[in-house]
Amino acid sequence: MSSLSYREIAYNGLWRNNPALVQILGLCPLLAVSSNVANALGLGLATMMVLTGSNLAVSLIRRQVSEAVRIPVFVMIIATLTTCTELLMKAYTYELYQILGIFISLIVTNCVILGRAEAFASKNTALSSAFDGLMMGMGFALVLVVIGGIREALGNGTLFADMDLLFGPLASNWTLHLYGEGEGLLLAILPPGAFIVVGFLIALKNAIDSSLEQRKARTEVGEKERVSRRVRTTGVIN
Amino acid sequence: MSSTNSGLGRSIGFNSLLLGVFALVTSLLLASTYLNTRDRIAEAERLSAQSGLLELYPATSHDNDLLDDVLPIPDSYLKTLGLRQPADIHIVRKAGEVIGFILPAVAPDGYSGDIDLTIGINADGTLAGVRVTRHRETPGLGDKIELRKHPWILSFDGLGLGNPPRDQWTVTKHGGIFDQFTGATITPRAVVHKVRDALLFYSEYGDQLLTAASGDGAADDNLARDEGEQP
Repeated sequence: MSSLSYREIAYNGLWRNNPALVQILGLCPLLAVSSNVANALGLGLATMMVLTGSNLAVSLIRRQVSEAVRIPVFVMIIATLTTCTELLMKAYTYELYQILGIFISLIVTNCVILGRAEAFASKNTALSSAFDGLMMGMGFALVLVVIGGIREALGNGTLFADMDLLFGPLASNWTLHLYGEGEGLLLAILPPGAFIVVGFLIALKNAIDSSLEQRKARTEVGEKERVSRRVRTTGVIN
Repeated sequence: MSSTNSGLGRSIGFNSLLLGVFALVTSLLLASTYLNTRDRIAEAERLSAQSGLLELYPATSHDNDLLDDVLPIPDSYLKTLGLRQPADIHIVRKAGEVIGFILPAVAPDGYSGDIDLTIGINADGTLAGVRVTRHRETPGLGDKIELRKHPWILSFDGLGLGNPPRDQWTVTKHGGIFDQFTGATITPRAVVHKVRDALLFYSEYGDQLLTAASGDGAADDNLARDEGEQP
């Protein structure tokens, strides 16, 4: 476990073991705030921050904390980091904080975070734990942003609207208008739209995985045939 | 027996101490973050509240601090405005004269609960504007009451109690002059009716409000003059 390379950790977090698409963890905020890219990115970044911080902290104290009290200690660390993130967002991105509201504090209950603390950070070095948190958080944030983008494009006909809430006035003209406003597919913005989009994404990931596997299997079979043919030819020559 | 007991006791003691230390460290971290962000958060909240008021009366239209220049809404009128808690009316002044008021109101009969409004009423009883500050209406249908989504809310500007006549202060479906949205009648109707209630409140209480506000302003002016005369 501790010998996982950074490459493997990154591949795990972003694709093979993606928290949103494979572990299907933390869906509540995922579905609730992913109605546009700005909200999705805001929550994604906040989750990533908490996850990286909590993994790092848990890993640093993993030898000092006994088995009996480790869960309460992890929860304390996660709750503290979440509250700090909430305060910082309130101070620096107040309007976004108002939109995301309760979902920032709900990061505490995101099982991805306690899950990574327990499954990875409590058994690995600080550096690789922090990297694991960053990659898992990024995997979560990426899925969140993709869902947000799809829902925003289908439902509102825009992309990157309201990014100025996150990046300041600099981003106020980032909005892309794809087609006439207000003519979007309403279903995409409503909660069922989130379930449908996340369902399609999971299906897409599985399709890509299985086609990759088939290709791999085919090349393996091809190699075997080549090997056996050569054996036979040598056999004939002999 | 006694050795396991003392072992258990030592383990409980150690773990409690450990938990206590972590509680202390995390509390310290929380406290320092709180102290470091407190002022900025207060500032952000203030700016946010102020920008809501400035939308109705832009900075050039007045010369007082809208956020702090307030009068309380009398308890007997809280219900008319749909408010459940005491709230304040913001006074808008220019060159010492009261030119309008900004008051909060809540339309309780939206499609999914309360719709919070801020309503600007000029001193002569016409509307300076209306904005929705918080709502939970259906995205894509009822949320067109937000200015960011649709200019509908601007259709109130300049109207008053006699214009249109009182029985037309509703949506077109019920014989009024205000458009409803395709697929959403309840939301705009709730907003229109609450704006009408606010105007009714002003027609009853406006004179008292003007007197109280100008009395206030005059006192301030006197104070300023007194201070100015001091060497």
